Amino acid sequence: MANSLFEEKLNSGEFIVTTEVGPPKSVDVSEVVHHIKLLKDKVDAINITDHQSSVMRFPSIGGCLLVKELGGEPILQMTCRDRNRLALQAELLLAYSRDIKNVLCLTGDSVDVGDHKEAKPVFDLDSVQLIKMIRTLESGTDMGGNELGAAPKFCIGATVHPEADFIEPQLIKFDKKVNAGAQFLQTQGIFELASLRRFMQYASQFNIKILAGLIVLSSAGMARYMNNNVPGIIISQAIIDEMASVEKGKGLQKGIEIATRMIKTIKEENLCHGVHIMAVGNESIVPDILEAAELVSTPG
Amino acid sequence: MIVAEQKSLEEIRRMIAPYPRVLILGCGTCMTVCNAGGESEVSFLHNSLRLAEVRSGDGIHTFTEHTVKRQCDPEFLETLSEKTIDVDVILSLGCGIGVQAIAEYLGDIPVLPGVNTSFMGMTKESGVWDERCAACGECRLEDTGGICPITRCTKGILNGPCAGSKNGKCEANKDVDCAWILIYKRLERLQQLDKMRRYYSPRNFRAIPRPRRILSKVEIATGESDG
Repeated sequence: MANSLFEEKLNSGEFIVTTEVGPPKSVDVSEVVHHIKLLKDKVDAINITDHQSSVMRFPSIGGCLLVKELGGEPILQMTCRDRNRLALQAELLLAYSRDIKNVLCLTGDSVDVGDHKEAKPVFDLDSVQLIKMIRTLESGTDMGGNELGAAPKFCIGATVHPEADFIEPQLIKFDKKVNAGAQFLQTQGIFELASLRRFMQYASQFNIKILAGLIVLSSAGMARYMNNNVPGIIISQAIIDEMASVEKGKGLQKGIEIATRMIKTIKEENLCHGVHIMAVGNESIVPDILEAAELVSTPG
Repeated sequence: MIVAEQKSLEEIRRMIAPYPRVLILGCGTCMTVCNAGGESEVSFLHNSLRLAEVRSGDGIHTFTEHTVKRQCDPEFLETLSEKTIDVDVILSLGCGIGVQAIAEYLGDIPVLPGVNTSFMGMTKESGVWDERCAACGECRLEDTGGICPITRCTKGILNGPCAGSKNGKCEANKDVDCAWILIYKRLERLQQLDKMRRYYSPRNFRAIPRPRRILSKVEIATGESDG
């Protein structure tokens, strides 16, 4: 039996659509609430980011609670950057008790790229160990070997980077994540479908659902900035040129067009099991993409 | 060896301000090799402090200098008592261990740190030192092709690279090699990639509980050792 609505959807064989919402650096959550309301019935699940790019914000678990309150299906993004194994386990107990049952396990960006560069980087666990730890909790004991009064059960996701400029070590890590118990993967932003095709040739041997990550660009400048400053992001020159080909002010429209085009191809060619749309600050345009790509989701 | 950098003259002057008679104490081992606190650095610092006092016109200090072979070893500190008779403070250019060893040895005189102890490393080239060991107490270099992920990966992760590297460099610093790409290439060359495919469980931060102590005296004296 499925653990969560999202897991049920993963198992259904239907094309899956997820998106992400980044919480604010504020105690005013009205914008996030607005975005969640806008998206919750149009996608299968909403990821809430965990201090994305190591910038301190309202926490992922808080955003997930808002998604639940508003009747949506959250995916708790959990990085190993800021919490040791005690804090990670405790937060998972909290999440489960509040019916937050989808977790995306990440190592987390380096503290050095964020806005608290002098903070102590934790990394007590890495992403593979985090997946294993969750499976341990599910078996009824914590990492210290102590029995839990009642055990949780999660739907576990992880990430992979099909466009990494040196793919072999990434594939080894991908194998470890699958073996540790990941059920779905949301990829880092993909800009060339050729790399997704290559990756899927490899990944299709595993029993795991792959959602292609798509970042919606808003200008050529943003693309260049991300290339230089966001860990792992590699945006091809062809995409940057395409973004630069439009007049000023039309960049986001172009970004929507590119994302839509990619989603349509992914779906038509049945390249992978779904998509994960990252609009980085432009969450309100996600419904436009879904409509343009003729994706109307029906969350269970 | 231990690598350190000398503190700024400004910070050193602030620290010694209340103490008229200062002994600048060098260390003849690691601090000499890394040019942070050997005999010549002691002499150079002595001159710099004197010059700064003259320039500022408010000098109250007198300085003496001395360098021992190793500040971290009581065996080499016996000469110290006579050097500290007319001294109000010791400015140690030893590493953090040296400063504490001197403080333990001489209970009545304050000891100030003249260097910032940085890491354990190796000489890369003349004047360049690179960190290589984090003293984790659980050496895993056998599994990682002789390249330490705990020291050389900014996240110290154990199961392969994060997704942040570009052109073989670390997301935290574009001038630094991604440790896990180095490890992959080395294991590939050694035909040991199976070691990278293994799962490594979380680190044991109590491998040696802090403050760490190693007792080897008994084993050496009696030949009793568990190997």
